Amino acid sequence: MTILIGIFEQGLIYAVMALGLYITYVILDLPDLTVDGSFPLGSAVCVALIIAGVNPVLSLIISFFAGVVAGIITGIIHVKLGIRDLISGIIVMTGLYTINLLIAGKSNVPIFEATTIFNNDLLKQLPESFKQYRVLLVLIPIVILCKIALNRYLHTKSGLLLRSVGDNQNLITTMAKDPGNMKILGLALANGLVALSGAILAQQQRFFEASQGTGTMVMGLASVIIGIRLFAKIKLMSFPMKVILGSIVYKAIVAAAIALGLSANSLKLITAILLLIILLISEHGKKEKVQQYD
Amino acid sequence: MLKLENINKCYNPGTVNENTIFQDFNLSIPSGQFMTIIGSNGSGKTSMLNLICGNIKPDQGKIVMDEENMTNMSEHARYKRMGRVFQDPAAGTCPSMTLLENLSLADNKNKAWNLTKAVNNQRIEFYQEKLKRVGLGLENKLDEIVGSFSGGERQAVALLMATITPIDYLILDEHTAALDPKAAETIMQLTAEIIEEQNLTTLMVTHNLKYALEYGDRLIMMHKGEILLDAFDQEKSQLILNDLLNKFFEISIEVGNAI
Repeated sequence: MTILIGIFEQGLIYAVMALGLYITYVILDLPDLTVDGSFPLGSAVCVALIIAGVNPVLSLIISFFAGVVAGIITGIIHVKLGIRDLISGIIVMTGLYTINLLIAGKSNVPIFEATTIFNNDLLKQLPESFKQYRVLLVLIPIVILCKIALNRYLHTKSGLLLRSVGDNQNLITTMAKDPGNMKILGLALANGLVALSGAILAQQQRFFEASQGTGTMVMGLASVIIGIRLFAKIKLMSFPMKVILGSIVYKAIVAAAIALGLSANSLKLITAILLLIILLISEHGKKEKVQQYD
Repeated sequence: MLKLENINKCYNPGTVNENTIFQDFNLSIPSGQFMTIIGSNGSGKTSMLNLICGNIKPDQGKIVMDEENMTNMSEHARYKRMGRVFQDPAAGTCPSMTLLENLSLADNKNKAWNLTKAVNNQRIEFYQEKLKRVGLGLENKLDEIVGSFSGGERQAVALLMATITPIDYLILDEHTAALDPKAAETIMQLTAEIIEEQNLTTLMVTHNLKYALEYGDRLIMMHKGEILLDAFDQEKSQLILNDLLNKFFEISIEVGNAI
């Protein structure tokens, strides 16, 4: 039971990050490596704010905007300065490592005693039998809120334009809009969600760790592809929902691998091999374009 | 009035691949004119359209639209008053979105891209009316993904999308070339109707000499960045297919092509 709760907790936290990757990787068709830096950025900002006594919920919101700024910087480097997408992401990711250390103060910052969204007076009043679900009780509404907001946004005029950027960039130009600006907007939103995910994780684990972000992109990508492929046949399910479920399934697979005797130290290797297998199974490596949205 | 004044354009200057497309090229197209453009490959037809639309910039010279110099205007800003349909039917639509979403996207051109709902249900009837005119039964496919449409259907949608908002200039870049003869005929008729109705200043590049003669009120033939033939109203209506074919053969012999 504890393992199952753990899978759902982890899956839901990383689902927020996967939603961000869904925006860049699927909607914009743009490989963004900034996420490996913006994930711990969210964590660093959140931990620093909580230590400074800022309200935990407000810390999450500010962390989101920190990610937005990171995404905008990648976008400007890529779109306005004309650097390739992958390289732009790597530049910002690398730079963020130092920024994150500056924000947090050092490479490992605990907040064990602090009040967080998962550890506050309100949740302490829960009956003893509910206590083990307290993280899920907080997480589920947050993830649902993110999912609904993203879904709604994609059906607005601005969202429609964003979706068409990855679908047919030329068409946006003929619609008298600059596709570059839409890419920056997409990168901003995506990295905002990734940073939010990092901030939530920091509050749940109660520490910041500088290398928290390594492999974020690979992990998110695996979740997105699992979700979209596994639930491809279910037409009524929205893509963000598939991505969220994909994230939970991904965490379940990793938990299973560890339960089968693989050491936790080999986690990144499992992640990498898992993504390779998923790509091969889903033939995604052939650059076949998945249907983006229904 | 659309004017290209003293245009010079050279690709890869200073290299072995140097290729001068235009040297002191001039052309003016009065408002409301429907001009068809023919010419051999490499004659500069597509380069001319790209200069007008802004994908490429001239080395020298001016591009003027209704007294406004737009030589340095960004590509997307030019499309505020222009629509363009490409040869590739996939180029004019978003394949993963539904027909309704595609039309809604086009319908919002030059309006605010804000956080209001993308699809306006009150416009559906208007879209259906437009689609009915095409005669391909598209009015019943509003909720289908455009990626599943045939080339002809997609090109019809692309044409409607390019002209659904008020524009002044329509650029057609061999837009029937990738279609089967029947679909090409449907699209060409629809094109002519829309141009007439909205009084669009039109530039149509085509390899179909029959269409070049049959449609429009001016025909130019281009070769090596120059205009070889420029026929207006009366003169154009007297041109026959053989005139054009003979001219083409002349060019071909000149460039050393075996016939």
